[in-house]
Amino acid sequence: MKKEHMTVGAIREIAHRIYEMKLFGTIATEVKMPGQFLHILPSHQLQPLLRRPISISHVNQEEKELTIVFRREGEGTTLLANKTPGDTVDVLGPLGNGFQVEEVSAGDSVLIVGGGVGVPPLYDLARALKEREANVTTVLGFENKEAMFYEKAFQSFGEVFVSTVDGSIGTKGFVTDVIQEKNISFDRLYACGPVPMLKALETNYPEAVGSLSLEIRMGCGIGACFACVCHVQGDASGHDYRKVCSDGPVFPWREVVL
Amino acid sequence: MTALRVELPGLDMKNPIMPASGCFGFGEEYAKFYDLNVLGAIALKAATHKPRFGNETPRVAETPAGMLNAIGLQNPGVEKIVSEKLPWLEQFETPLLANVAGSQVEDYVETATVLSQSGKVAALELNISCPNVKEGGIAFGTDPDLAAELTRRVKAVSDIPVYVKLSPNVTDIVVIAQAVEKAGADGLSMINTLTGMKIDINTGRPLIANETGGLSGPAIKPIAIRMIREVRRQTELPIIGMGGITSVEDVIEFFLAGADAVAVGTANFINPYICPTLIKELEEWMEAKGYHHLRDVKRKGGWA
Repeated sequence: MKKEHMTVGAIREIAHRIYEMKLFGTIATEVKMPGQFLHILPSHQLQPLLRRPISISHVNQEEKELTIVFRREGEGTTLLANKTPGDTVDVLGPLGNGFQVEEVSAGDSVLIVGGGVGVPPLYDLARALKEREANVTTVLGFENKEAMFYEKAFQSFGEVFVSTVDGSIGTKGFVTDVIQEKNISFDRLYACGPVPMLKALETNYPEAVGSLSLEIRMGCGIGACFACVCHVQGDASGHDYRKVCSDGPVFPWREVVL
Repeated sequence: MTALRVELPGLDMKNPIMPASGCFGFGEEYAKFYDLNVLGAIALKAATHKPRFGNETPRVAETPAGMLNAIGLQNPGVEKIVSEKLPWLEQFETPLLANVAGSQVEDYVETATVLSQSGKVAALELNISCPNVKEGGIAFGTDPDLAAELTRRVKAVSDIPVYVKLSPNVTDIVVIAQAVEKAGADGLSMINTLTGMKIDINTGRPLIANETGGLSGPAIKPIAIRMIREVRRQTELPIIGMGGITSVEDVIEFFLAGADAVAVGTANFINPYICPTLIKELEEWMEAKGYHHLRDVKRKGGWA
């Protein structure tokens, strides 16, 4: 974990308002697992003031290169999207605990489910699981065809299915509709996306083994400010908690209250 | 370094800079970035008598040059803080300023008693200004009689100096400052956050689950500066100044306003190294300007 000015490499809009950016620096050599994230300061002005947590989608340790994917949404991500190659960005990272790929064995059937900007951290997860010779199936959900990205990239790891809310491509509906329609079975389930998507998966697969990654507003990103806590399932006292930034953002299914 | 030394009641500080309560946890996270011995002091996250989960999320929202937070005093309770957090902090020589919060006088008194008797903290900071708990806290900070009564009751049980952290959410902060001074406060820390709100124009709902939150960051600095100057004119009590500090120029401005030490809050989230950076820059600034002691800076502000 360090604070560093990383150098912006290629940046391109890969879907409507979705940007893929390469960042170079030594933080890349410290990434330990897929699912970790960066806390990025989009400006050194007083506004916007705070860092933005953005997950790492791909690491190339030898080239000291990180790939991030984010949606241009507000002031901060717009500033970030407007960076050009050679610019530097103030980055704190790598932060958080990611996916434990060691728990997956060769031959395991693994289902990876991503929704919208929840898709990026699953990319290196799928890659790592493929390397462990797991049978990877991916289901990706988007608003519409224009917002879709990485569906081809995931094809190098196994079969890929897509759902869109408006049905402009793939199955019309949600990721859960695709899983039922295609009758996909799995030993392990990994997911990242909006909370309603994660909740639907947890409801449909109450015995699921594997983990999920949460997105939440953060302050410090390192566990000091208690902005991003969540409740723990089965905690009667109501006082138990997990910090998404430093205990997560990846948690086993049914550990935290969604 | 002696030029930066500040001696306040209970707090023998090698420099005037400390992280502010609630922005630094109990130090563990920031110790991964630097040696906490460089700090003048550490203001700990608020302790309450019983454990508190705090508010639901979202607890933070960004605003122009600032942020709103409504954490809700999440903490493991004073007993666990003393048994689990303070022993770890003992490895540092940096004096600890323990923030005490509660919803009733008895909560404050019990929490203050435990912290005072722990022998591990140098002074208490009475949090009568948290805007984020419904049961009270800020009620003590907006009524001079309640503030004075609470100060007296805590002073009666504390063997260590008691600083009172003032709320800016009042018509006249000087009245509160004078009331707690008469009640025996050893110092003031000011200002806490200002109550604010941000509404999501897409949902029509406040962005923060608690609806209101405390505004911090550079946006509130002019208010802090004005209030410190007003209070400084009317009291001899030492003042720990805070509210939106992000640069060495801000630190100087707080001294000119009348602060004796400063605390840095929100800026820790932007730059985890902000405190050591400011300490170094303050020393360089004083050297460049030919100041030998912080007293000389304060004198320029009109305070001897």
